[in-house]
Amino acid sequence: MSEEIIKDVIVGENEDYIINMGPQHPSTHGVLRFEVCLKGETVKYLIPHIGYIHRGIEKMCEANTYQQLIHLTDRMDYLSAHMNNEAVCLVVEDALQVEIPERVKYIRTILDELNRIASHQLWWCAFGMDLGALTSFFYGLRDREHILDIFEESFGSRLLHSFVMPGGLMHDVHPNFQKRTKEFIKYFRKKLPEYDQLLTGNIIFQNRVKGIGFMSKKTAIGYGVTGPSARGSNYSCDIRKIAPYGMYDKVQFNEILETGGDTFARYKVRIAEMWESMNIIEQLIDNIPEGDFTAKMKPIIKLPAGEYFRRVETARGELAVYVVSDGNKTPFRMKFRTPNFSNLFVINSLASGHKIADLIAISGSLDLVIPDIDR
Amino acid sequence: MSSNIYDFSTLTGSIHTWLSGMMSSGWVNFTELVLVGLAFLLMYALLGLFLVYAERKVCAFMQNRVGPNRVGKWGIFQTIADLIKLLMKELIPIRKSDPLLFNLAPFIVIICSFLALAALPYAKGLQAIDFNIGVFYVMAVSSLSVVGILIAGWSSNSKYSLIGAMRSGAQIVSYELSVGLSLLAIVVFSGTMQLSGIVESQANGWWIFKGHIPAFISFIVFLIASTAEINRGPFDLAEAESELTAGFHTEYSGIKFAFFFLAEYMNMFIVAALGATVFLGGWMPFHVGNWVGFNQIMDYIPSLVWFIVKTFFIIYLIMWIKWTFPRLRIDQLLTLEWKYLLPISLVNIVFIAFIVLMGWHF
Amino acid sequence: MNSIIEYFTDIFKGISSLCAGLRITGKYFISPGSIVTQQYPENRATLKMEERFKGEIIMPHDENNLHACTGCGICEMNCPNGSIEIITDRVANAEGKLERVIDKHIYHLSMCTFCGLCVKTCPSDALAFGQKFEHAVFDRNHLTKVLNQPGSKLRKEAK
Repeated sequence: MSEEIIKDVIVGENEDYIINMGPQHPSTHGVLRFEVCLKGETVKYLIPHIGYIHRGIEKMCEANTYQQLIHLTDRMDYLSAHMNNEAVCLVVEDALQVEIPERVKYIRTILDELNRIASHQLWWCAFGMDLGALTSFFYGLRDREHILDIFEESFGSRLLHSFVMPGGLMHDVHPNFQKRTKEFIKYFRKKLPEYDQLLTGNIIFQNRVKGIGFMSKKTAIGYGVTGPSARGSNYSCDIRKIAPYGMYDKVQFNEILETGGDTFARYKVRIAEMWESMNIIEQLIDNIPEGDFTAKMKPIIKLPAGEYFRRVETARGELAVYVVSDGNKTPFRMKFRTPNFSNLFVINSLASGHKIADLIAISGSLDLVIPDIDR
Repeated sequence: MSSNIYDFSTLTGSIHTWLSGMMSSGWVNFTELVLVGLAFLLMYALLGLFLVYAERKVCAFMQNRVGPNRVGKWGIFQTIADLIKLLMKELIPIRKSDPLLFNLAPFIVIICSFLALAALPYAKGLQAIDFNIGVFYVMAVSSLSVVGILIAGWSSNSKYSLIGAMRSGAQIVSYELSVGLSLLAIVVFSGTMQLSGIVESQANGWWIFKGHIPAFISFIVFLIASTAEINRGPFDLAEAESELTAGFHTEYSGIKFAFFFLAEYMNMFIVAALGATVFLGGWMPFHVGNWVGFNQIMDYIPSLVWFIVKTFFIIYLIMWIKWTFPRLRIDQLLTLEWKYLLPISLVNIVFIAFIVLMGWHF
Repeated sequence: MNSIIEYFTDIFKGISSLCAGLRITGKYFISPGSIVTQQYPENRATLKMEERFKGEIIMPHDENNLHACTGCGICEMNCPNGSIEIITDRVANAEGKLERVIDKHIYHLSMCTFCGLCVKTCPSDALAFGQKFEHAVFDRNHLTKVLNQPGSKLRKEAK
């Protein structure tokens, strides 16, 4: 690792094309600019430029109370909005040493896993579309609509809920929640093998992703890559196992690890995680205890002066929240360690030496959500 | 044999006598040329409109959605609306491009597909030109479109267009070999290159059934190679490079882009028509050997209907393949051709020659 | 010899994987019952959103044009980005004392992030989420709404 110096400007030699894969991508990843130095068809070097969607979320958090800043965290990694909310709530509950009811823990974990499935479904359809299989986009979205309907019934919004509040939930879930979730699990268990038939086993697809973008475990640890992208390189980094929260220490599930390290391994990890999430939900959905949907909290939350830290496993990796409080009702400093920021900068070492078409496959397999990088 | 299939040459013959009664023979020829040209222009335009609409509907049904359904009942006027929109767009002139070549490229592509259309047999007696080297002629003129693509990429004065055009050129030139060899298989079976002769030789059954396994292999190779020839389906890296750029026609707008777009769909029609003629019997109804009664019943369906059904069946196969599979990378594309399709086709030809010599086909 | 066998098995395995994919799209092509598109403008008459759907903030008025907003301003304090402005008035009540009454409850739909804090923290449950979602207008000023209807009064609970 010591020989690798991260450059921030490309100096081309004689026959190099320097092109921009500009801030507006035809693919769905968001506003990100890649400056690519090509020799013929091969990528020599690649520099990502970020900051096109920086909104100053961390600074805005300093002006809001702890209940008010939940809705800002939704908008960082909007595909795992629920986990973002939960991270902040866990920090606050830790600092105040509040005991949250069992019902809240069950519901939070079930919603986490539903959100994970929805996020992986959207990743799958965008990945297929980037590679040219345009029908996979519609199949993934069609199945995702079922989860979004469940969310709409309970919370009122499909994507950005801001439902988890410090102390518990904002209000109770809809009475139909349990029934609809079980119906969804039954439906999706039949549909997920279709994804394998359409894309995973396809020989054209396998030739496009096998052996592309190899990431060794050393590289993954060195760059701080977490989440399914790192688990594809046999790096065991699941926060749900290392530092469990919610009901994760009481349910049985496997941490999915693949040793391939290439794009296909990362793909298989995410598909297997969808199966595991369904298993987790099935273990919990029938046993939700009755009770309060929130603990008793003061209307104005003030954390005692000090520093607090907590991390959760979003659909893309490890999200960590670090709060410095000076005793007021707004945090003094709130820092988010987002998974996509670290996952992005490994792309240069993965894509060098491959062709342009492989660059698309690699950035699709890292599953980047750009607002999470820029916050 | 094919006695009660309606013969269009009675219709064309009566038009010819009617015209000869009115003017001298030189003028009759001229008028007939103009009439045939107009008929082809009309057919080209209508087929183009229909094929664009069909593609959108077919892909919509495969994707669990409805497709265009607002402009006209079931959305049948959607393509006309798109055409009007394209006609009204500004033709952006490119700085430092070669204006002659830039404007010439779409025309070359369109002219090549017209030339190929003229030689196909649409129904009994309905064929514009019946060369005795029909198959060879169609292959030759459809290869000319590569020139159009390369000129388009070069004259656009843009790096991305050039990359796309070079890739496309390499792809088309490679896959022509496989197309030629698979058509050659049926030429060996039927013993003639004349398209009407090939159709007549299928009067006791289509070659894909009579030629059993090797003809079927040739059919599969033909489908794959011709999909690559027309830059479609899993082989569209050169143009649907929407990952990076838009290929050789990036810099074209308005009516010139409409020409490229239309030429792509018409090439699909030509390739499908050629495949239907050579492998599936063209306008010949489904005959089985010597079952005279069955053949007579099949003859009641007009030959034009048979031709259209077979062509659209192959078009449906091509669309089905496009909307299911991801794209191949350029080096995988060339590997497929040179390491898989070409050796298989060559071995197949030798095998077929042996079969024809021994008489082991139906 | 082995490589020839491998060559042909590769080809057959490849073709069978392709056929598996074709079977799925073919199955959906011939079953128009699997179409999931809703024909939106035509089905507006029967379209029913979920009861908790967050379309906009409304202040429910009952049939006597009474609402529950006392003008306390708690929703304005809790709104994270200032989408609510409360304008109050001092009006003499039945005993002649001056008390605070809501004059205008201004709601900026263009800035609202639908976090729901105003609905949750209102002590008199005066606000709720409405289900109307067709908010497109030509003039941005139309997105600034006054939630209490003209001529409406606070509902006095029977003590």
